[in-house]
Amino acid sequence: MTLANDLLLEMQRRMLRIRLFDERASKMVKRGEIPGTVHTSIGQEAQVVGACMALAEGDYMTGNHRSHGHPIGKGAALGPLMAELQGKATGVCMGKGGSMHLADFKVGSLGESGIVGSSIPIATGAALSSKVLGTGRVSLAFFGDGAANQGCLYEAMNLASVWGLPIVFLCENNQYALSTPAHTVTAGRVSDRATGFNMPGVRVEDGQSVLTVHDAVRTAVDRARAGKGPSLVEVVTYRFNEHSEGLRLAVDYRNAAEKESWLKRDPVKMFRSYLLEQGVADEATLAGLENDVAEEVEAAVRFSEESPYPEPHVAFKDVYTVPFGVTQ
Amino acid sequence: MTVTSYLGAIGAAQREAMEADPRVIIFGEDVEANVYGTMGGKSRADKGDFLQMFGPNRIRNTPISEEVMVGAAAGAAMTGLRPIVDLSYSTFLYMAMDQFVNQVAKSRYMFGGQASLPVVFRSAMFYGLSTAAHHSDRPYPMFMNVPGLKIMVPSTPTDAKGLLRTAVDMDDPVMSFEACLLWGMKEDVQDGEFRIPFGVARTVREGKDCTIVAISTGVPAAMQAAQKLEAEGISVEIIDPRTLVPFDSQAVLNSVGRTGRLVIADPANKTCGAAAEISAIVAEEAFDCLKAPIMRVTTPDTHVPFSPAIEKQLYPNAEKIADAVRKAMAAKTRS
Ligand SMILES: Cc1ncc(C[n+]2csc(CCOP(=O)(O)OP(=O)(O)O)c2C)c(N)n1
Ligand SMILES: [Mg+2]
Repeated sequence: MTLANDLLLEMQRRMLRIRLFDERASKMVKRGEIPGTVHTSIGQEAQVVGACMALAEGDYMTGNHRSHGHPIGKGAALGPLMAELQGKATGVCMGKGGSMHLADFKVGSLGESGIVGSSIPIATGAALSSKVLGTGRVSLAFFGDGAANQGCLYEAMNLASVWGLPIVFLCENNQYALSTPAHTVTAGRVSDRATGFNMPGVRVEDGQSVLTVHDAVRTAVDRARAGKGPSLVEVVTYRFNEHSEGLRLAVDYRNAAEKESWLKRDPVKMFRSYLLEQGVADEATLAGLENDVAEEVEAAVRFSEESPYPEPHVAFKDVYTVPFGVTQ
Repeated sequence: MTVTSYLGAIGAAQREAMEADPRVIIFGEDVEANVYGTMGGKSRADKGDFLQMFGPNRIRNTPISEEVMVGAAAGAAMTGLRPIVDLSYSTFLYMAMDQFVNQVAKSRYMFGGQASLPVVFRSAMFYGLSTAAHHSDRPYPMFMNVPGLKIMVPSTPTDAKGLLRTAVDMDDPVMSFEACLLWGMKEDVQDGEFRIPFGVARTVREGKDCTIVAISTGVPAAMQAAQKLEAEGISVEIIDPRTLVPFDSQAVLNSVGRTGRLVIADPANKTCGAAAEISAIVAEEAFDCLKAPIMRVTTPDTHVPFSPAIEKQLYPNAEKIADAVRKAMAAKTRS
């Protein structure tokens, strides 16, 4: 499939938004400007953006603790995301979700989950809505190689298959669940598990190429939208940073050679070169794009820094539609 | 008014809600065949059959996969449907604990009010029917400990119908705990749509000596106890909270304010049960009104055995409730 130039540039822009946002967030964690920790998607931008951009604006998406990339990839505004990371009142979740539990319903992001695997049934339910109401929307569930061993994934795949739900199960196989290498805890290939549920299962070996990911996910999304049911897409990728920022483990579970070989396959740099080589953009355009995104991230930080913290009563808000019991 | 059973009332509420709003769907195990009898008439040929009335898009059999049933209901509710999930036995709720606690209960809150979850989870408590420990729990207190969930425990056909309709129309997740021992109970039920608000207790019977707060099958048991006690010259007031979350503490406090005595009949286990919470509320808020210690009549902290010879003794019954009231009456009034 050939994509229009503006779409290609938009892919690069979104990857940059994730990269620069996460780099900034990482610094802020280390300086104590973000409470707790964050899990970055640095290194996995192609996998995230390739998938998100295969979705239409009104489509749904859920994700996990490695959460910023998903809403950013789907087009969420950065200011409220950064404010959420800092626990501010203007945060996209009013400061009550934080880094691991972002959601931006405006762009179809129905929520990231701090419980590994737990958001997969939610995405399945969104696909059920689409089917019952006939809205034509597709749902996509992001989950890691670690989550691929949660039972709820298989309950969801089975249900989605028998009901013909418009959903894409997207396994972000960054080859580790925290310190645990996927191959030591996962029998066979994740993508092969699709066969048992009578749905297509593909494994994208080159998850650092945004176009390859986009192509595979696009096929699955088209299939879902055409009423042909769910698919499983496994994308092989690598996270460049530690599992979470600031985490230091005594054991180096990833060897240096492996790390180095993956660092060479930086999705943002690779796609930049591609855009230049193909004549999609010249150096000045790309530098301009990088500047714009850097400014967007700085503006997001400023927005957040200037925002107030939530009032104490917010801790009791939205437990129910109409409050009762403790409200102060 | 039509004489209606508890099950029939649930069926009527579900049918009326489905007729009123195309976003209401029902899914669960074996719902298409109406195995539990809450989905219309007795047979497929009956015109009340839900599958025939509403079609397979809105009435859906599920695989035996409680975790995804509950999570998918939450996801569907967040995106425009108003699902009723039939989870059959209440012990099966445990299979979906993560979805109930981490997703259903927390999504509105954690996402800063972006998520709305109009969804009802129905389950039946099969205690007292020789189904043993894997089918007999009364687990509502566990869920009372989870903010974000609303809990209804109807004890009559009228309450079952009116509360269930309110539940379907509400934008918060509701868990309905229906005791099987009440399924056959019949009374005159108002025809057509009506709603009973959550958080409003029903005074089942007025009296002046002792308040009994009774839950689910505790209500008919308390009624029997009250009759016995009346013959002994003891006048009992019975309050059915109907919903445990929200809980109408004012109704209980007002009643205890008049009677000065409180017995709670709660078929759940004793430790951290609904009775424990109600006791604490009254002890905190109305200590000065109490003329006697608060008495809890609950199921003791054991599992439910199969043999009817040893199961029946466990639950609050008229005799145990009456004994508790007598004890409360005999307690020395504090000076
Ligand atoms: C149910 C559950 N178990 C364990 C954890 C702790 N935990 C958080 S992230 C993680 C690793 C997840 O790995 P994966 O799904 O591959 O995602 P990745 O971090 O690699 O993106 C673990 C074990 C959790 N949050 N939830
Ligand atoms: Mg992983």
